[in-house]
Amino acid sequence: MATSETNGNPTAPVPPEAGRSGFPARSMVGAGGGAQGGVGAGARRRKPIFRIGARIGNATFVAIAVAVFVLLGLVWWAATASGWVKPIFLPSPVAVWTQLVKLAGDGTLWADAKISIYRIMVGFLIASAMAIPIGVLIGCFRIWEAAIEPLVDFVRYMPVVAFVPLTILWAGTADTQKFLIIWIGTFFQQVLMVMDNVKRVPPDFIGLGRTLGLPERKILTRIVVRSALPGIWDTLRISLGWAWTWLVLAELVAATSGLGYRITVSQRYFQTNTIIGYILLLGLLGLITDQVMKALERVLFGYARRGR
Amino acid sequence: MTVTATVPKLQLSGLNKSFGRGDKRIQVLRDIDLSLADNEFVSLVGTSGCGKSTLLSIVAGLEDFDSGTLSVDGAPVTGPGLDRGVVFQSYTLLPWLTAQGNVEFALKAAGYGAGERRDIAREHIELVKLTKFANAYPSELSGGMKQRVAIARALSYRPKMLLMDEPFGALDALTRHQMQELLTRIWEEHRLTVLFVTHDVEEAVYLSDRIVVMGIGPGCIKQTFDVDLSRPREPDSASSAEFIDLQREVLRSIREESLKVELA
Ligand SMILES: Nc1ncnc2c1ncn2[C@@H]1O[C@H](COP(=O)(O)OP(=O)(O)OP(=O)(O)O)[C@@H](O)[C@H]1O
Ligand SMILES: [Mg+2]
Repeated sequence: MATSETNGNPTAPVPPEAGRSGFPARSMVGAGGGAQGGVGAGARRRKPIFRIGARIGNATFVAIAVAVFVLLGLVWWAATASGWVKPIFLPSPVAVWTQLVKLAGDGTLWADAKISIYRIMVGFLIASAMAIPIGVLIGCFRIWEAAIEPLVDFVRYMPVVAFVPLTILWAGTADTQKFLIIWIGTFFQQVLMVMDNVKRVPPDFIGLGRTLGLPERKILTRIVVRSALPGIWDTLRISLGWAWTWLVLAELVAATSGLGYRITVSQRYFQTNTIIGYILLLGLLGLITDQVMKALERVLFGYARRGR
Repeated sequence: MTVTATVPKLQLSGLNKSFGRGDKRIQVLRDIDLSLADNEFVSLVGTSGCGKSTLLSIVAGLEDFDSGTLSVDGAPVTGPGLDRGVVFQSYTLLPWLTAQGNVEFALKAAGYGAGERRDIAREHIELVKLTKFANAYPSELSGGMKQRVAIARALSYRPKMLLMDEPFGALDALTRHQMQELLTRIWEEHRLTVLFVTHDVEEAVYLSDRIVVMGIGPGCIKQTFDVDLSRPREPDSASSAEFIDLQREVLRSIREESLKVELA
């Protein structure tokens, strides 16, 4: 956010009266202003693609991204079709696709996806609902930071995987155990990231609130939280990606349903095509949620990027 | 009336300020005596690090002080308040609000009703000549435009005093001159007590009634210059001999202090 503001200057519209001249004695230092305009004009003439930060069109961007996927798909197909890799280790893209279609047809895939999405939603929402207020508190008040931050930092470094046996002892193999693993994996990271988002609010914004006579409570809600919101949204988007990992981990170890469970079961029957299909599906689900979050970000926080 | 005329708008006396604790404690301001009359425009200049920003923050109520007194209209200052509008160097426009929205935000905080807010905000956006950009977000505005919105915002709720810390410091020379012109025009029309911190001596002479040079080690008031140039000030005023002489004198006074720092 801060960068877009400072970077915005050279391309920003020129104030209406900038063209007006007439400071005879006071224009000695005026040359500095003119130099800025030259940079933009020079960049427009030639556009080397590998200039740092050089912009490309949306269509080009999508084309390149799609091409990479297609290329990797072709490599995969070639490796299997030529018999270079055995199907039991890596089945062909066609075999994976047919298997997915079959599982979708008999409803297995939808049932697996549904329960997994339900679990990630609940686990992630609980973690976020707790992490945001706590992160805001410790980002604003040193007392809360002293009480909570070192503890959270400590727990954060404990490997989530090591909690799996413990959570099974505590909660069995029910959904609660999945929520717990997702919560352990995301909550502690989120708290620290939200704290950071809040600390990045420019101190002058808070000073502004004070000079306007706002009480601390209103400064917190109307300025600090509001200002940190785009950052908090980004934190949620990033931690949602991790939540998928923890979900699958929990389902791999102890579950009777879900995408992770299906992967474990398939391993027992050497159904490599199901395993690969589900892994790709998980990637796709992650990508979709990420894109949805990004699209919402553009709608909700477009003000920060306008004109860029 | 006669009573209010004798009570200065802003008065600081024997004010001291230090930062840090224990061994690391350093005094930043020592024995500051300063008073601003009603509707006076006073600039604060001095070498970097002499405590100008600290002094302004103290007057704004954003920073505590160790000892001494600080009063506005004779009443001691206990914290920040709507009677002192502040324009920060960093613009501090709230990025999620439009230019108009930023001004309305201040008016809402000051307790104005919704209808009133819209009209007053529009008036002030017009005052700084940004009507066309009223609905633009800060990311769509240039540095000078942002600072104009910030000025409009600080003026909108009619503070008794305007405190500005190098408000034009980040602007290019041309925009800077335009902003100075705009500020003198607004000040001459609306009359307001202004405490203005700047690095630019020419700017200080052009805008002020009085220039206060701060000294260093620790920060104190070194010298005060009255600016007897006629008002209204025009861009041409800067070419007069009087102007240039005064500018030179102020600069010399600041230089003496900078030399002290270099020798120490
Ligand atoms: N929060 C702080 N903690 C410790 N020292 C500080 C703090 N703020 C300022 N100082 C010190 O106080 C002195 C005065 O700082 P101040 O920012 O007021 O100077 P200034 O005159 O505004 O300088 P400049 O012209 O560069 O803006 C400096 O030596 C600075 O290092
Ligand atoms: Mg300063």
